[in-house]
Amino acid sequence: MAHTAAAFKVDYFQFLKPDGKLVEDQQVPALARDFDRLTELYKLMVLTRTFDKKAVALQRTGKLGTYASSLGHEAAHVAIGAAMKEEDCFAPMYREYGAQFYRGVKMSEVLLYWGGDERGSDFSGPKHDFAWCVPIATQCLHAAGAALAYKLKKEDRVAVTVVGDGGSSKGDFLEAINAGSAWKLPLVLVIVNNQWAISVPRKKQNTAATLAQKGIAGGLPSIQVDGNDLIACLWAMDKAVSAARQGKGSFVIEMITYRLSDHTTADDARRYRPGDEVDEAWDREPLKRLKAYLVDQGAWDEQQDEELLGECKKWVQQAADEYLEMIENDPQPVTAMFDYMFAELPQDLIEQRTYAQEYAEDGGHH
Amino acid sequence: MAEITLIEGVTMALARAMEEDPGVVMFGEDVGVNGGVFRATAGLHDKFGDERVIDTPLAEVMIAGMSVGMASQGIKPVAEAQFCGFTMPMIDHIMCHAGRLRNRTRGRMSCPMVLRFPSGGGIHAPEHHSESPEALFAHMPGVRVVIPSSPSRAYGLMLAAIRDPDPVIFMEPKRIYRWQKEEVADDGEELPMDVCYTLRDGNDITLVTWGSMVKETLQAADQLEQQGLSVEVIDVATVSPLDMDTIIESVERTGRCVIIQEAPKHCGVASEIAAGLADAGIWHLHAPVKRVCGYDVVMPLYRNEMKYMPSVRRIVDAAKEILEVS
Repeated sequence: MAHTAAAFKVDYFQFLKPDGKLVEDQQVPALARDFDRLTELYKLMVLTRTFDKKAVALQRTGKLGTYASSLGHEAAHVAIGAAMKEEDCFAPMYREYGAQFYRGVKMSEVLLYWGGDERGSDFSGPKHDFAWCVPIATQCLHAAGAALAYKLKKEDRVAVTVVGDGGSSKGDFLEAINAGSAWKLPLVLVIVNNQWAISVPRKKQNTAATLAQKGIAGGLPSIQVDGNDLIACLWAMDKAVSAARQGKGSFVIEMITYRLSDHTTADDARRYRPGDEVDEAWDREPLKRLKAYLVDQGAWDEQQDEELLGECKKWVQQAADEYLEMIENDPQPVTAMFDYMFAELPQDLIEQRTYAQEYAEDGGHH
Repeated sequence: MAEITLIEGVTMALARAMEEDPGVVMFGEDVGVNGGVFRATAGLHDKFGDERVIDTPLAEVMIAGMSVGMASQGIKPVAEAQFCGFTMPMIDHIMCHAGRLRNRTRGRMSCPMVLRFPSGGGIHAPEHHSESPEALFAHMPGVRVVIPSSPSRAYGLMLAAIRDPDPVIFMEPKRIYRWQKEEVADDGEELPMDVCYTLRDGNDITLVTWGSMVKETLQAADQLEQQGLSVEVIDVATVSPLDMDTIIESVERTGRCVIIQEAPKHCGVASEIAAGLADAGIWHLHAPVKRVCGYDVVMPLYRNEMKYMPSVRRIVDAAKEILEVS
């Protein structure tokens, strides 16, 4: 006779609704009353969005290369950064600026990277954090490897990585889940599901009801949260990171959000994405609801908000100036492409570097 | 007859092949509604629909592995890797399966697939979008590696690649996707693979290249000709298998050869051509064979990418250096 060999469910958590009110039908975590922390993170979300706008403007005026916007992902990204300790390891994909800013990466460094200058990846965040990872989902296995390293070295550190809804279709992601399960690694895998992998919508990746259940299939506790709700994202991240740190193994969190921008500045989403879908998504975006909540609770006001916006614009402009100053007045010499190839440059490459210097004037910046 | 660019030559060939063979399908990320991130498959989804222009989940291993499966069972996949850097996870299936299927089944099965992708640098693209990995694929037994460098060769070689009974890696030099326009008739005529194309006849020196470097090589040839030299320029076009006969025949006449390659120098296709000349043509050489290549470094991010590439001056200087040898 047939019996149920296994059963599972995926819980979905939302605490802060799009209208800025807390949900009423379930208990809200204590951090919803931690206005100091929420205000601090709201400020970082606003800074991240201000930065994003500037970066796109720099690209549009020919001062930056292709740029991957984080518009709409601010709550998810900032929560990821805020739940981690400095000694933890972050393995990002390529648009989690909110998390990276929290960890000390400078805005000018993000601009350097997308501005075609390797010095951006030598950033001011934790030296053990991975740099941006363009080959999709490969970072998941690096994070799993980092987690295994901490386990072997008996260090209380956690590796956190991010993948998109598209990246969740790759073996690397599934293999990282499997590794986290097999070795009970201190690993948190976050799927930032923004509904679009360039032009391919979430429903075309597969017909699974959730992406979180891929974690369950591999044996990991896995949940879904509203990725536009900072409180839900932060609550989930806090829980997962601290449990991973206590040796309870790996976790998967699927954060449901929406890519309000094009995939990158090289993309034009109008070719494939209905405009009304984007308009509706703006109603659910993360900043507006958090601001409304904080104002409603008396923890924030309009004047503070205006001042903050002014400050953010100033900081972002300073970062842009710093970036432009570096690429214009202190560009990397041709030798820079050789100098970090090996700890010690082999003779053949020393000769190639000398030859390259003779032709350093060729192929100038174009 | 329409004047078209290289990428339009690709698109025209894809449409033509799909019309003439209902088994030909496009298979890749964003190839459908979006028409490809470079527009190579633009219009095909409208014309041929979901079942023949297939948007895939974001999974390169899947694209390559399923292409092997489809190709062995009577469908002709033209798989797209969105950028050269994203072919790396596909190598397992190309190396261990696509290139071996005919051989390991003693001809019982075959793998008539095309894997096409934009290759090379020079368009200000992000990290992992600008590499030239032709030597990696050229080292794999059982697969052809084709790189067109003009609109007509894009059209003719793509048709040949799709109609071929074996796997073809079709690398599209994206820096020259829209460099030149050429009149190309949509007549379904393919061009032969496995042969070099002599772009310019000359007697003093042979310049051998492929892909985007055809641009700088032709410019270098112009400069050398202005100095009274007669320069032969060869576009290798199929880098594996190599048509050494055409190259050797040329070098037998000129006695001098410079090979220009965008990819890093070490163990590249240029090295293979130089070795071929050493094997068979060394008695005809008046001077050492020179390679002008990318450096053996990680492809720089875009701000310094053109400093990595062989420049016209580097090519001219190398040519002059061996022209001075008497």
